[in-house]
Amino acid sequence: MFKLTDDRSKKGTPLAKVVMQTLSDLMNTDDKLVFLEADLAGASSSTIIQKDHPERFIQMGIAEANMIGTAAGLSVEGFKPFVHTFGPFATRRVYDQLYLSGAYAHNTINVYGSDPGFDAGPNGGTHTTWEDVALMRAMPTAVICDAADAVQLEWIVKEFASMKGIHYFRANRKDVRNVYAPGSTFQLGKGNVLTKGDDVLIITAGQIVSDALDAAEKLAAEGISAEVIDMFTIKPLDAELILKEAKGKKAIVSFENHSIIGGLGSAVAEVLAENAVGIPFKRHGANDVFGQVGTQDWLQKEFKLTADDLVATVKGLLK
Amino acid sequence: MDKVELKELTLLAAKIRKDVLELLKHRGYGHLGGSMSIVELMAVLYGKQLRVDPANPQWEDRDMVVLSKGHSGPAWYSALAEKGFFPKEKLMTLNDGGTMLPSHPDRTKTPGVDMTTGSLGQGTSAAAGIAYGQKLKGQDRYTYLIVGDGELNEGQCWEAFMLIAARKLNNCIVIIDDNKRQLDGYTKDVLNPFSFEEKMKAFGFDLVQVVKGNDIEAISNAIDKAKAHKDGANCIILDGIKGSGVKYFEELKSNHSVKFNNDEINKAADDAIAALGEFIEKEEA
Repeated sequence: MFKLTDDRSKKGTPLAKVVMQTLSDLMNTDDKLVFLEADLAGASSSTIIQKDHPERFIQMGIAEANMIGTAAGLSVEGFKPFVHTFGPFATRRVYDQLYLSGAYAHNTINVYGSDPGFDAGPNGGTHTTWEDVALMRAMPTAVICDAADAVQLEWIVKEFASMKGIHYFRANRKDVRNVYAPGSTFQLGKGNVLTKGDDVLIITAGQIVSDALDAAEKLAAEGISAEVIDMFTIKPLDAELILKEAKGKKAIVSFENHSIIGGLGSAVAEVLAENAVGIPFKRHGANDVFGQVGTQDWLQKEFKLTADDLVATVKGLLK
Repeated sequence: MDKVELKELTLLAAKIRKDVLELLKHRGYGHLGGSMSIVELMAVLYGKQLRVDPANPQWEDRDMVVLSKGHSGPAWYSALAEKGFFPKEKLMTLNDGGTMLPSHPDRTKTPGVDMTTGSLGQGTSAAAGIAYGQKLKGQDRYTYLIVGDGELNEGQCWEAFMLIAARKLNNCIVIIDDNKRQLDGYTKDVLNPFSFEEKMKAFGFDLVQVVKGNDIEAISNAIDKAKAHKDGANCIILDGIKGSGVKYFEELKSNHSVKFNNDEINKAADDAIAALGEFIEKEEA
């Protein structure tokens, strides 16, 4: 069961730290957990694990393909590896390794791809991934989560640590605004209806869930009733919830820090089209463009991924 | 190595080589060259060096084999069948729809196969991870990584070698099948690798042994020496011939993948199968 936070203006623990502290705590009681890092411990807070569990912190050097393959080998030996690198390197750079040595070979690898989309910030276009979800969706058996905040991310890490298979989760390294109250729990593969509404259905995931909630409030002020779903599990997708909540709406909008091609928006579109849901629909995301350098805030505005941009899309669709 | 043991391993190698020829001819095509060049290695591993239990392929204390040059699956399958991991009749199902014996090894399909390979280079990292895991568990087990000379074009191999050497994964015995040829021709012409021996030493492997690829005694001795070398990374380079063991196939211009589609090639295979059959019969008498 989840409960929304009382104060969405507050930020939680930096997300990379949430991942590493949660893992380190789990490693105290689960000796099958191992962590692999490709020379980014100083950037990801995995120094926490390095300090607490030096034997099971595996420094791979700057060799991501080898990191994934080594994780696959550790899985063969019964370990449950978590690996971290920046989102683009965690997916597109090592896709064949994840696909074959990982998924196809029925191994277990948990992949934390950090700083997805505009979170690449000052690292710029070379470090931006707006296709990671698209790639991972096309990988049979892979599970994909995009965490809304620190509370949800902690739950995701714990859940993945107990599962077998290929699990990809994407999250900013920095702190993001709170969406959920501490202690909230979730169900993998089940979306969360955060606000009920009558006019428009907004389906979103990741740290911009809080922006979607802002947008819903702004729309309400203009007399438009918006419902927001946090679809934190992008695969397997909660199609049942989409179809249920779509009923009676005048418009549906997907909202994601990812390309409109192949990500959450595409997944939602497939459900709507295959079920003949004839409601006006728009994918709001990165519009088939490369990334850019700037601060996270500047990039969010530059790529039109703010609450105000979402409001404009919704109003445009309702016209 | 005593004469009885050498005789036994020579016999096993003959059986594996005969199986490879029979199953590829039955199938009508397949990766002959690179399968033939690891026959003696497979005989040494499965006839002597490996700690495995065919009745319990998932035995926790087993040694592991990663055939990173996955296209040589036919040689591995033949060794596994000879050792009793599955019935020999299954060999003839190679590449049948949905078979347990796909052209490239699949850990979810074949008893005795611990890692899926075929996308070249990837088995090297997997072997490193398996060996790392064995060390983490404090176990005295070995992982045998068999990698092709052409495969070493792949950069991932060298990432894995750096890890194996830097972390002193002595339990991961790296075996390079230096059979001098890859699909498009001689390795020196496709992408000159220069000296594997020097390369491996430069990558931090402090025991690099070069032995003839078809010398059973030398291969086995090299593995013994590698096992005894606990302080650093181990590499054995098999100085061999692609298509090894049958002159016709050794000399065949393109022997990476062979099609049995003419009388000459079929006769060469049949003659070799008959000769191996006679040898096996004589040895077993």
